[in-house]
Amino acid sequence: MEIPYTISTRPDTGLWNAKIGIWLFLASEVMLFGGLFSAYIFLRLDAQPGEWPHGLLNVPVGTMNTAILIMSSVTVVLAWAALKMRRYRAYWWYMLATIMCGIIFLVVKLYYEWPQKFEHYGIFIKPGALEKYERYLGNNRRTEKGMEPRIEISGHLHNPEALKDPNVKEYEIGLDPVFVDPNNPANDRPHFLYAPPTDHIAKIEKEDVERIDSFGPWHSAYFASYFTITGLHGAHVLAGVLVFIYMWLPVSKKLYQRNPEHLANRVEVCGLFWHFVDLVWIFVFPLFYLL
Amino acid sequence: MSLKAFHIVFVIFSTLLALGVGGWCIWVNLVEGAPVYLAGAVASFGSALALVIYGVWFYRKMKRLRIIT
Repeated sequence: MEIPYTISTRPDTGLWNAKIGIWLFLASEVMLFGGLFSAYIFLRLDAQPGEWPHGLLNVPVGTMNTAILIMSSVTVVLAWAALKMRRYRAYWWYMLATIMCGIIFLVVKLYYEWPQKFEHYGIFIKPGALEKYERYLGNNRRTEKGMEPRIEISGHLHNPEALKDPNVKEYEIGLDPVFVDPNNPANDRPHFLYAPPTDHIAKIEKEDVERIDSFGPWHSAYFASYFTITGLHGAHVLAGVLVFIYMWLPVSKKLYQRNPEHLANRVEVCGLFWHFVDLVWIFVFPLFYLL
Repeated sequence: MSLKAFHIVFVIFSTLLALGVGGWCIWVNLVEGAPVYLAGAVASFGSALALVIYGVWFYRKMKRLRIIT
């Protein structure tokens, strides 16, 4: 049985079926991502002044990933145009470039950006022990200035075995720059540039710690939103890459030889999906990395 | 909406993002005192210009190749 209206348009809608299907699907995706973005905005608006973190994400890396996704949208539309012009070889190369862009994006995300967060820890100090770590927190000066006291010391955990071993009595953490020089007035305001942890190691006794968490989704509302939205977006990128790989394999050539317009239509709906995924990133990038 | 039209919408949003990133870089240089970000601003504004040129080229090419509606 042949599926109708995969190439020719339906007389009542004026469109072929897959195009209606993809737009209905994208409408549901708008609602999905729209809900998540709304949640992010409300969480952020509800945060206490100075509580919402800044400068935890690497802007140059994020910018590079954004450029890669924009490039992939260009290559996918050129792949489609090549099919329309019946230039299969050009289509093949443009599609390969699109796949490579998607893979590079995912590799950067999964093997560089996310693991960095899981190796970074925040140690929340018990209220009664804050004075003990004054040299890292600089709360006396902050209180004098009428600012909220710091309760968390963050950086790279040098003895992760301390998380599980009850015999290890203290955490050794390579401090983030702000805790090396907490009384510097420049650190009174949030920084928007990512700075790696220093070699300055602080020893924090376990009995003074309220909780210790890596910068994963469990750490704060910020990271919960970050991992939810970038994770869902990454899943969409992965889905797109898998479909593109299928379209790039020899099976697509068979379809091209049988009916090139059918393949062009398939690439068009996949291209629409890919553009939507990239458009989501156009909003994700400034929200999480810049603002 | 066809892929062609959606692509043009996408290029417009990408251009706005590039302009925004350029403005952000200038602001970061003023607030944080990081002159290296001025280079970022130049690159971003350059990218915005390149995207505009590409968008116009793409639109004209698609119009010329009347096979694509």
